[in-house]
Amino acid sequence: MDITELTLLEARAALRDRQVSSVELTDAYLDRIAALDPQLGVFVTVTGEEARAAARAADARRAAGEDAPLLGVPIALKDVLCTAGVRTTCSSRILESFVPPFSATVVERLAAAGAVALGKTNMDEFAMGSSTENSAFFPTRNPWDPERVPGGSSGGSAAAVAASLAPASLGTDTGGSIRQPAALCGVVGLKPTYGRVSRYGLVAFASSLDQIGPFAWTAADCALLLNVIAGPDPLDSTALPDAAPNYLAALDGDLRGLRVGVPREYFAAGLEPGVETTVRAAIDQLAALGAEIGEVSLPHTEYGVAVYYLIAPAEASSNLARYDGVKYGYSVAAPSLLDGYFRTREEGFGPEVKRRIMLGTYALSAGYYDAYYRKAQQVRTLIKSDFDRAFEQFDVLAAPTSPTVAFRLGEKVADPLAMYLSDICTIPVNLAGLPGLSLPCGFADELPVGLQLIGPPLAEGRLLRVAQRYQEATPWHRRRPALQPR
Amino acid sequence: MAISRDDVDHVAYLARLGLAEDERERLRAELDQILGYMQVLQQLDTSAIPPTAQVIPLQNVMRPDTPRPSLSVEAVFANAPAREEDYFRVAPVLE
Repeated sequence: MDITELTLLEARAALRDRQVSSVELTDAYLDRIAALDPQLGVFVTVTGEEARAAARAADARRAAGEDAPLLGVPIALKDVLCTAGVRTTCSSRILESFVPPFSATVVERLAAAGAVALGKTNMDEFAMGSSTENSAFFPTRNPWDPERVPGGSSGGSAAAVAASLAPASLGTDTGGSIRQPAALCGVVGLKPTYGRVSRYGLVAFASSLDQIGPFAWTAADCALLLNVIAGPDPLDSTALPDAAPNYLAALDGDLRGLRVGVPREYFAAGLEPGVETTVRAAIDQLAALGAEIGEVSLPHTEYGVAVYYLIAPAEASSNLARYDGVKYGYSVAAPSLLDGYFRTREEGFGPEVKRRIMLGTYALSAGYYDAYYRKAQQVRTLIKSDFDRAFEQFDVLAAPTSPTVAFRLGEKVADPLAMYLSDICTIPVNLAGLPGLSLPCGFADELPVGLQLIGPPLAEGRLLRVAQRYQEATPWHRRRPALQPR
Repeated sequence: MAISRDDVDHVAYLARLGLAEDERERLRAELDQILGYMQVLQQLDTSAIPPTAQVIPLQNVMRPDTPRPSLSVEAVFANAPAREEDYFRVAPVLE
């Protein structure tokens, strides 16, 4: 079989059994990237030379009798994660030639675990978007249908796995940016509890919402990656101080007696019939596996998008104030310092980033703070309380990840509000800081559909266990898109 | 409430964001539409609801003030658009 079809755990087993070397595996992925990425636009930067050197080092360690959790396993990284010596662009002109002097904690941990980084994946500029069309460089295409978007903002990382350009990848999720592209690309994506994974070296978008997480074909592969990246970090004071559990061990156990709540507001108007049918069938499958299904209400769901698009832009407008053309990044020489700020930011930022900076600055400005920003923070409390009440009755919530399957390139570009509403099922989870996972649960019109599982804080292990039992009982994650070099 | 061109100009100034003429008009219309959608929040009585700024149960995380190596000066300036000695060079602040 083609070694690029292996799951992460299968690849690791093949490396451990010396059936394949890291150099062979890495070369296979680099060859596939060279053949297919021109038509997909997954990678902003491919680090082939560095990857081959890391693969050779991994093989040498293996030959010396060493092992590590990801020794010799290739992986792709969203281009929002700082990589020392490798440019980190956030798919923005303003960081097009930025080479970080340090690496993100998750990047350090992957390297320490022996992983081989293949390159940096495309994204919506500064992670702002739901289709990866907001990249300043090029859009990423959905491997299942290149006329459609992969979702976003981590569209490159999701498509990398779906197209078998990497066995796994890391993305980030501020309002759905892991789960929504995972759903639209037919792979598993996990957004951990806020604080579970260090954000050090993650270029900030909305600091109270951002979280890093894995993409892979299976829940077990995500558990393996989460084992490596989760846990406290002295460099991030918002990283939770308690040690992370072993998520692979947490996969054990059946679903008998598991209480699964189905939030009725997530099946509201705007949900495509094909998505609803597929997701409801997946919930029936959980029942067949022993779960007890019940309906639940999260009454403030409809306010989530409005709350998010005040809070996230407000935080973004503050975080992005650092791009001033003085210390790093794109810079326009101007007669005065102030003029330089205006022109650097005018030329360096794309339309969606400007829109969010304007929206956030407006919401924080004198006279509007109470009506918009503070109001949004109060409704955030109500949204969180909805979940708190639901988890008194249920262990896990099950819902669609996205109200639609992958949409066509260009379809929502001219209507920002329509684009924002594509995050309606994922945003509340970030506002409440909860773990959420999307897994492939079937196809509608030959396009993947994602089932979203939501848990109480720190229930990543439970979500992964439910997903793993579901995947053992279903074939969806074994389908692969038909891709041919052109 | 409608967003005016003056609002756009004021907010763009606060954000130090240069905008072309056509961008200003487009953003005015878009902000008007988006903030109009946000009015849905005004349906809720939140007078007794505390705001949530962050969701984790941590406050004032402290650590010992232990010196450790920091980035070298060369690493810090490696991305600098303009440098003079060990300073970032900028255009005049005042004429």
